[in-house]
Amino acid sequence: MSAQPSAPAQRALPFRVRFVPREIVPGWLPALVSLGAIVLALLIGAVILALVGGDPIAAYAQIARSSFGSVAVFSDTLVKATPLILVGLACAIAFRMRLWNIGAEGQFFLGAWGASAVVLIPLVSNTTSPWIVIPLMMVAGMAAGALWGFIPGILKARFNVNEIISTLMLNYIAIAWNNYFIFGMWSEGGFQMSKTFPKNAWLPRLADYARSVRAFSGLTTHLGLVFALVAAVVVWFILNRSRWGYEIRLIGDNPRAAQYAGIPIARHTVLVLMLSGALAGLAGMSEISGVVHRLQGQISPGYGFTGIIVAWLAKLNPFAIILVSILFGALILAGREIQPSGIPKMIQGIILVCLIASDFLLRYRVRIQRVR
Amino acid sequence: MIEPSSVIQMRGIVKRFPGVLASDHVDFELRRGEIHALLGENGAGKSTLMNILAGLYRADEGTIVVHDKPVNFSSPRQAIQAGIGMIHQHFMLVPSQSVTENILLGLDHPRFRLRLAENERRVAELGEQFGLKVDPKAKIWQLSVGEQQRVEILKMLYRGADILILDEPTAVLGPAETEQLFKTLRGMTTQGKSIIFISHKLNEVMAIADRVTVMRRGKVTAADVSTKSTSTAELARLMVGREVLFRVQKQPQTPGPVVLAIEDLTATNDRGLPALQKLNLQVHAGEIVGLAGVAGNGQRELAEVATGLRRAASGRILLNGENLTNQPVRRAIARGLAHVPEDRNRVGSSPNLSLTDNMIMKQYLQSPIGRGWQLDAGEAAAFAQRLKQSYEISAPSVETQARLLSGGNLQRLILAREITAQPKAMIAMQPTQGLDVGAVEVVHRLLLEQRQQGVAILLISEELDELLSLSDRVAVIYEGAIVGEVTDGDIEKIGQLMTGSV
Ligand SMILES: Nc1ncnc2c1ncn2[C@@H]1O[C@H](COP(=O)(O)OP(=O)(O)OP(=O)(O)O)[C@@H](O)[C@H]1O
Ligand SMILES: [Mg+2]
Repeated sequence: MSAQPSAPAQRALPFRVRFVPREIVPGWLPALVSLGAIVLALLIGAVILALVGGDPIAAYAQIARSSFGSVAVFSDTLVKATPLILVGLACAIAFRMRLWNIGAEGQFFLGAWGASAVVLIPLVSNTTSPWIVIPLMMVAGMAAGALWGFIPGILKARFNVNEIISTLMLNYIAIAWNNYFIFGMWSEGGFQMSKTFPKNAWLPRLADYARSVRAFSGLTTHLGLVFALVAAVVVWFILNRSRWGYEIRLIGDNPRAAQYAGIPIARHTVLVLMLSGALAGLAGMSEISGVVHRLQGQISPGYGFTGIIVAWLAKLNPFAIILVSILFGALILAGREIQPSGIPKMIQGIILVCLIASDFLLRYRVRIQRVR
Repeated sequence: MIEPSSVIQMRGIVKRFPGVLASDHVDFELRRGEIHALLGENGAGKSTLMNILAGLYRADEGTIVVHDKPVNFSSPRQAIQAGIGMIHQHFMLVPSQSVTENILLGLDHPRFRLRLAENERRVAELGEQFGLKVDPKAKIWQLSVGEQQRVEILKMLYRGADILILDEPTAVLGPAETEQLFKTLRGMTTQGKSIIFISHKLNEVMAIADRVTVMRRGKVTAADVSTKSTSTAELARLMVGREVLFRVQKQPQTPGPVVLAIEDLTATNDRGLPALQKLNLQVHAGEIVGLAGVAGNGQRELAEVATGLRRAASGRILLNGENLTNQPVRRAIARGLAHVPEDRNRVGSSPNLSLTDNMIMKQYLQSPIGRGWQLDAGEAAAFAQRLKQSYEISAPSVETQARLLSGGNLQRLILAREITAQPKAMIAMQPTQGLDVGAVEVVHRLLLEQRQQGVAILLISEELDELLSLSDRVAVIYEGAIVGEVTDGDIEKIGQLMTGSV
């Protein structure tokens, strides 16, 4: 039995790379590594662009301009970020308890449906004050989303049904449910969409105040962004400063210890999935009432799934979710503006891969040693 | 006489953790064919030193020589290649897989096809050779703790380890299993294996070890101590740095009214088999009732049913006359039933959360920590700080994750938490498991203080010495029922009752 510290590979090189597990992760490291990963991703993207004969600098400048270049486009970026923030928060709160809710997409659709129902049933008239219509739509959207979280929640709590499967399946039901209404009941003259909502069901935009503040003219950012920011603060408070958040953390880390501490795990499973669903539902409401202004099939380019990624990349931190959502919002927007639209998509992909791979650096230290 | 050859030499080992110097220029030597005990208080740095040797941690400074070759491990795999295998306190086995599958796990050798039958035979042979009897086909979850430990040892032997490190192997074993393990270890040394043995039980160290190294606060305070020329009192003094009282002073006290009453309790275990069969037991205020019994006779189930963690099939649990049978755990906590669980890592604490989060587990609903729906982080930290100080829990800060505490310090944390809840009754299971002699003394003192204050204590332990010195009465559990009670400390009678031979 001989002591061989490492496989005798890479003899051709004058040095050897070794990965040493980290025992301690300094607090500043995750942020730095994430930043480094993004920079690296942009460099890789640049190389690819150059290889296919493009001008990387021009392309990046174009992307930057089309998502951050002016107040107007930045406002559009924020519009894209708004649903991502809410859905990211929805995922984060569930993931903290190790409940793998991947049904935010369905909850988003149901939230949109619930909000639309207020206008389309109709529960309110064209002349009802927006001070009544908007809150009603919010409540309806959140309730519908919460219902879509309640179902997998109760199934898990009562019958231990795996929530990954049930939330995933419910996504398809939600979309079919929506389709039933836009193809049938609420169809606008046979088109697969509802009629446009009356103005009192629109979330106010900055542009609406252009009369008093000139600079706001043409800005599409709507009140939903405020909902999202408030929600981030609320979720942060719940997770870090409330009894409930403590219980969620405890269940997430060690369910047996939580049980020992007297925490009713089944009830929390249902409640957390309902809150998660309600946040995703609010995202749906905000998108319908702030951007689309009607119920239709194409209301989400996969926000519910992007939200999962956003939550992970933000390490489940509500404030980091805001920043990550803005980055993703910018890339979604650039995808619309830039030809070929595949380029921002590719960059988004590279950023993702780099960010996920960079996790390795949090767990291992890389050491380069000279071969003796 | 030939000089006994040394198989391991560690020199000047330094290991720093944030806020702690866990290993401070430590020298350590292991000779071929010896059983070498490593002694020291909780948090002295024993596990850290051994983790360095086993490739889990890297030393900041120092050199390690194994079989006359300098080594520098960066993973347990390299350590095992050098013949060093460590058996940790918490086993790392996959419960749903068989013994053989667990042993093969992570090996390069059977690459695609497991060839189970062939390997089962090899495992059985290896078990035969070293006296480690265990069915190679059995699933891990079917095995007792002692058998699981044998699997861990077999795993290392299968990988060709000739130096074994056992970190507190006897903490989880009953007396019979301990005896069995010792026989195995002695057998292994005659076959050329060298063994490092960590334990807090001094009589065990005297019985099994050839030489002892003592550590305190990251430093070696005595090396090359031969067990032939020392005594348990001497070892205790070297370890703690002062004289240790082995006998506790118990004040005579007349017990008060019945606080905890268990009537005709019946319950099943995890596998659905009867674990408690019409068990009856009463604990009075200001009384410690010891519960003796061979492990697996229903002790754990009793503690769980009484605290609401497991359902009772029939019977009643009364706390101060209130029926707690099949009530939520939270009710029992609110009524003042404290619980020191057997498994401090998997049940008693939440490893990745901070000390603060772990300490407020039973307090967070009450003011000042809990205020309405809020949790006052400042108050929680202050509370944790107070506990950390008054119970001398050594850790860099209250923000440290609980999994980084040494075993003994974690146990202190749990006791501190349970005692500060000012309970009416307490069910303490193996409360001194893994504690150093000094800390055992502290825990015994704490339990007696609780008794003095009128708490009704049910002490479940496998250490007869502990039971006899602390308890007012010792009840014996056998196959889920109380088969007798001893008040005069008649060990012989307890032993007979425990084996069901009365
Ligand atoms: N990974 C870690 N990070 C930070 N501190 C650590 C880590 N591991 C151990 N420590 C600290 O180092 C010290 C030594 O711990 P160690 O586990 O080696 O003690 P021990 O002698 O094995 O004690 P015990 O008898 O209680 O098991 C303790 O203060 C412990 O809190
Ligand atoms: Mg230890």
